[in-house]
Amino acid sequence: MPVDQALAIELDQVVMQRAGRRVLDGASAGFAVGRITVVTGPSGSGKTTLLRLVNRLDVSESGLVRYRGDDVTTLDPLTLRRRVGMVFQRPTPFPGTVRDNLTEASPGATGDELEQALRRAVVEPELMDRDAHQLSGGEQQRVCLARTLITGPEALLLDEPTSSLDRAAADVFEQAARDLAAAGTTLVWVTHDQAQLTRIADEVWHLEDGRLEQQR
Amino acid sequence: MVGDGAVVTWTGLAVSLLLVGVAAALSVALHLRLEQQVLVAAARALVQLLLVGAALELVIDPDRSLLWSWLWVAAMVVYAAGVASRRAPQVPGLRLVALIAFGAAAVVTLGVLFGLGVFPLEGRTLVPLGGMMVGNSMAATVLAARRVLEEATDKRAEIEARLALGQDSRTAMRPHLRSALRSAITPQVETTKATGLVFLPGAMVGLILAGVEPVDAVLVQAVVMFLVLASTATTSVVVALGVGRRLFTADHRLIQPG
Repeated sequence: MPVDQALAIELDQVVMQRAGRRVLDGASAGFAVGRITVVTGPSGSGKTTLLRLVNRLDVSESGLVRYRGDDVTTLDPLTLRRRVGMVFQRPTPFPGTVRDNLTEASPGATGDELEQALRRAVVEPELMDRDAHQLSGGEQQRVCLARTLITGPEALLLDEPTSSLDRAAADVFEQAARDLAAAGTTLVWVTHDQAQLTRIADEVWHLEDGRLEQQR
Repeated sequence: MVGDGAVVTWTGLAVSLLLVGVAAALSVALHLRLEQQVLVAAARALVQLLLVGAALELVIDPDRSLLWSWLWVAAMVVYAAGVASRRAPQVPGLRLVALIAFGAAAVVTLGVLFGLGVFPLEGRTLVPLGGMMVGNSMAATVLAARRVLEEATDKRAEIEARLALGQDSRTAMRPHLRSALRSAITPQVETTKATGLVFLPGAMVGLILAGVEPVDAVLVQAVVMFLVLASTATTSVVVALGVGRRLFTADHRLIQPG
């Protein structure tokens, strides 16, 4: 697949095994810059694995994963992960306050920068000095989003970020994501919630039997 | 049964076997089925101690080269590293890491004690102190290794969340190493606090029984406690850092342990 500068993320014949099974078996796809791309598929189909390959938490056995045209294995992994942030399925607040969580991600951040990150993630700045573990699930997940945003990523990988949230909290999170996409951030959102897919997706890719197929 | 300087005679040793009999009898009375193990353990301990005692007589003889004592300490370090890796087989590469850890502790502790003249450097001081250093930091070493692995397994999601923020593996693991080290070192800290209150330590008791004045025995015991504290802290830190490093790839990915 030739390099396409309009694409933020590309997979080119990627193969990846998990527990002796090929979860990605020659998968190829291209996710556009500044769009919300939803990746859907059955449970265990390799959606999480796909995201982990993009920010190099895992490395494929063969094939290429490119970010902005560059093979991710040739990029400095720490810089790549600041450019391509990730929000995990379950909220993972660090010990301490919301402020502690944000400053862990960006030690030199000013007070204004901390508040801006919270606002972009639709978190009330008044929660800044609250113990992160005392927040609701939805608030924790948005704090995790704010913690990722404060590193200034160009793209976000979202692994079923609302699966453990109630409907109201999920709606707030989805709106935060739409606002980020409108501001130019590339989002790759994994979900198997068809209703959510309909609400948020600009593009849709379906992953099954190790292969990706564009559906929208 | 007790000779000069409270040295135990062979007759006294034979009489003290009654104590082993007490342990075995209790096992029989309560149907614990440990009496055979008790007798075997006592016999093994006696034989091993007698062999070690005979070897020590040769090694720490004042006319013998100090090299033999250093070799004895080195052999203890190597053996201890093997024991540590067998006690925690699930920890990758622990033998080498433990070897480096015990070696580092030996340099630090024996360096202070002999380099700064706390004890004269002789076979009769080097071998026992080396043995105390290795033997008393074994538990903390194994605990530190196991706890680091448990942290990496139980807190995997949090560690990967840190990695995903662009933190390097050392930074991502640091809070979890701290937790593991607190678990490993705290028991020895607590033991040191309780020394002299809850129990009388073995070195001091042995010295007093051998006829050393209690104040002199206490000074030696205090130094030994500090030796153990420093060696525990040193081996735990080196093992935790070493095992922690082995859990990550060069490009800052967390390996799946086990």
